[in-house]
Amino acid sequence: MHLELSGLTKSFGSLVANDHIDLVIEPGEIHCLLGENGAGKSTLMNMLYGLLQPDSGEIVIDGEKVQITSPSDAIKHGIGMVHQHFMLVPVFTVAENIMLGRENTRAGGVLDRKKAHALVTELSDRYGFEVDPEALVENIPVGVQQRVEIIKALTNDASVLILDEPTAVLTPAEIDELIGVMRQLKENGTSIVFITHKLKEVKAIADKITVIRRGKVVGDAEPSASEEELAELMVGRAVDLVVDKEPAQPKDVVLRVEGLTVIDERGFTAVDSVDLEVRAGEILAVAGVQGNGQTELAEALLGLTPIAAGKISLDGDDLTGRSTRQRLDAGIGYVPEDRAHDGFVGPFTVAENLVLDLFRQAPFGNGLALRTDEIEKNAQARVEEFDIRTQGIDQPVSSLSGGNQQKVVLARELSRPLKLLVASQPTRGVDVGSIEFLHARIVEERDNGTAVLIVSTELDEIAALTDRVAVMYRGKVVGVVPADTPRDELGLMMAGASKSEAHEVAIENPTTLGTI
Amino acid sequence: MSETTADTVRPPAPAAIEAPADRTRRLRVGGVMLVFALIGFGLAIFTNGGKATFQLVSGDLQNNLLGVPAQFTALVLGILGVIAAGAYLLRRVPQSYSGYLAALLGICFIGSFLCWAAAGKTFPLANQFQGTLNFATPLILGALAGVLCERAGVINIAIEGQFLVGAFTAAVVSSTTNSAAAALIAAAVSGVVMAWLLAVFSIKYLVNQVVLGVVLVVFASGITGYLFDQFLQEDADKLNTPNVLSAVKIPGLADIPFIGPILFNQTVLVYLTYLAVAVVTFVLFQTRWGLRVRAVGEHPKAADTVGIKVKRVRYSAVLWAGVLAGLGGAFFTVGYAGSFSKEMTAGNGFIALAALIMGRWHPIGAMVAALFFGFATQLQSQLQIIQTPIPGELLLMAPYLATIIAVAGLVGRVRAPKADGEPYVTE
Repeated sequence: MHLELSGLTKSFGSLVANDHIDLVIEPGEIHCLLGENGAGKSTLMNMLYGLLQPDSGEIVIDGEKVQITSPSDAIKHGIGMVHQHFMLVPVFTVAENIMLGRENTRAGGVLDRKKAHALVTELSDRYGFEVDPEALVENIPVGVQQRVEIIKALTNDASVLILDEPTAVLTPAEIDELIGVMRQLKENGTSIVFITHKLKEVKAIADKITVIRRGKVVGDAEPSASEEELAELMVGRAVDLVVDKEPAQPKDVVLRVEGLTVIDERGFTAVDSVDLEVRAGEILAVAGVQGNGQTELAEALLGLTPIAAGKISLDGDDLTGRSTRQRLDAGIGYVPEDRAHDGFVGPFTVAENLVLDLFRQAPFGNGLALRTDEIEKNAQARVEEFDIRTQGIDQPVSSLSGGNQQKVVLARELSRPLKLLVASQPTRGVDVGSIEFLHARIVEERDNGTAVLIVSTELDEIAALTDRVAVMYRGKVVGVVPADTPRDELGLMMAGASKSEAHEVAIENPTTLGTI
Repeated sequence: MSETTADTVRPPAPAAIEAPADRTRRLRVGGVMLVFALIGFGLAIFTNGGKATFQLVSGDLQNNLLGVPAQFTALVLGILGVIAAGAYLLRRVPQSYSGYLAALLGICFIGSFLCWAAAGKTFPLANQFQGTLNFATPLILGALAGVLCERAGVINIAIEGQFLVGAFTAAVVSSTTNSAAAALIAAAVSGVVMAWLLAVFSIKYLVNQVVLGVVLVVFASGITGYLFDQFLQEDADKLNTPNVLSAVKIPGLADIPFIGPILFNQTVLVYLTYLAVAVVTFVLFQTRWGLRVRAVGEHPKAADTVGIKVKRVRYSAVLWAGVLAGLGGAFFTVGYAGSFSKEMTAGNGFIALAALIMGRWHPIGAMVAALFFGFATQLQSQLQIIQTPIPGELLLMAPYLATIIAVAGLVGRVRAPKADGEPYVTE
């Protein structure tokens, strides 16, 4: 199928998310849409899939202009989409999810479950997916859920398949498998639109690359282009992909975690007898695929989630059983994973958010009253120091870009004297310019002698920023390795292999991404 | 690709250590169970000797009586209850069986209680079950209506209002037409009209569904009260003398000893209720429409992306639920009381809502919960008749107390449909 988008434009209020975008997808090609978070990639694809209506512009399929006003129109025209946040009903079985919307029925609308079962089995076998049609979606791993999404699109006879940031939730090994599946689909004549901001993946898989920046197509590139070239095109200026830093000079142990165990709400062991040490003046990364207990570990350190067993101590001081405020007062800074939810109060101003955990103390608090002059003075200083791009300190934080919101959070946490900084996904959804700044500030804090614990799922960030890496898999720390450990080895450990196993296997079986 | 790399991330295995939240819950629920078990046991100790007699056929005081040694039976049941509660509290039984333990305890407790209350007297057991079914019928229909709405993602607090309007309409139509069929159909239609108001305001105009539900109840109570004062009271002979539905015996089934006359010598509305439980269960879990209803209640966006019209499915679920709630309302007038009076549904719509939650949003569960509430209500009136030392006022509280305990602590880990109460808005 030959798909052409011409002049597609979409605005939300005053923000032009897509500005006259032209794009041609040839039959059987893997077309990468590369762009930073918020560049407008998803908006474009949501218009193609009928979830959003363009303000102007047209979609042409095989020479014919078409109107796509709903997902069912898109499906009818052979367009399938795997969303970044999966569109699966968690309490349904795989087969139920597959048949939803296109149910095979017997008389009276009674579901023909056998047919759906057979269909899943057939497609699963054809692509080597190993998906159990009767498994509940909430009980299967994300990697498998993604395959269910792909099967869902294939059962609708999609000839163009849109994959929106498909690798964010996968282990490196699973990414490799996904790349294999994409190649197989391509051989069968399916075109693939692959949306990502990860340069390595683009180079590994793309036939053609289109780069989008601030809602506009800024150029095409060949897969042979270097990462630096692609990054420059994506960001609009030369980007330093490496973080400048001296080797760490670790001193005394600040954070000591012994036998920490957390049981989550569903009764599963989220963190399984974890032992960790972080020293003053070093950055320890907790690496792993999303959902392997890192979130719960960070929350347990802050006392946000109850622990079932174990001990946490800071500078020899036992924190187990202390409240979150006591832990903050003891000198822990915290950048939460979901900043919009836990990191700031969106409708509050920048100035207010900058003292969210400080307003009780002098100089900001004075008995029952707040000292607004001090709060404003503090805000001016922080905005300048952290280069927070805002129209004023009285603007609500929700009006800032993701990167600047994160700067507000980090600025607040770093404005107290810290012994330990816990930062979960500090650069998720943040533009490249801000990432450079945030990384530099975290390194600076390390060099001031703070112990830093970073939770991250991005291998690039881990390699660039951290000194040691603790890899978590199913709640356990499978090993602690130096930050310059080869990517493939880290990837294998993230899938549960021990340090030595990972080393051997990685040498024998290099993966596509590891060898770039 | 080697063995290790092919391995994907699976969810972690169930914990060997109990989560703190689970532990708290077990101790709390176990504590409540133990209190009940000990009360049951205590009652057994204070049971006077002699025989407790249970009447197995309604109105027959000579034959068909079941006599048991009161104290002995009460003691046996009391001890069983304590064992059940203890086993739960001390984690002697796998988690998945804990529901059975609670049920066993409940039966033991009620058994001991009945032995204590009926020692030396005759307890009309057949009446007890007959009354249970009477009280439970509207509750079941209301709870089923709630199941349909909430499975589709629309909270229905307005069941009480639908009951009132259904009861009123059935009374008036039955009085004026003398036709049972017309009365039931009119009641169903009036339920749908109320449901339509709920649907339009919640699905189209995105009004907060809890507030909306309460407003609809107030509206229903106001409008039926006004019409009652203005017309029904003025002209009661013509407008408020509905024919109570007559019982229809099902040949064969009605001759089964004990349960036959209770279950199968009933009005057509009760049979419709049996049918409704089966139909709603089947439709919800085995048909295309049911799959879509559950999908829009769990993850409407997922349904939208596969081309399902989310709002349309929600409308249809809420409107069909209106049929059930309207019929439930009809039971109050044409199924039971024989005339309409103000506020006659007396909070039953809210009890139906409790049954829905206690039944974990499942039609069968909702039915069981409704039967339990019906049993408690009927027991209270029976006990007043056979005169127990407990004051009647306290007994009148019993069903509501049971509701609170059941809904607050003993429902277990309840999971409502994920998108329950969330309007679906496309950008």
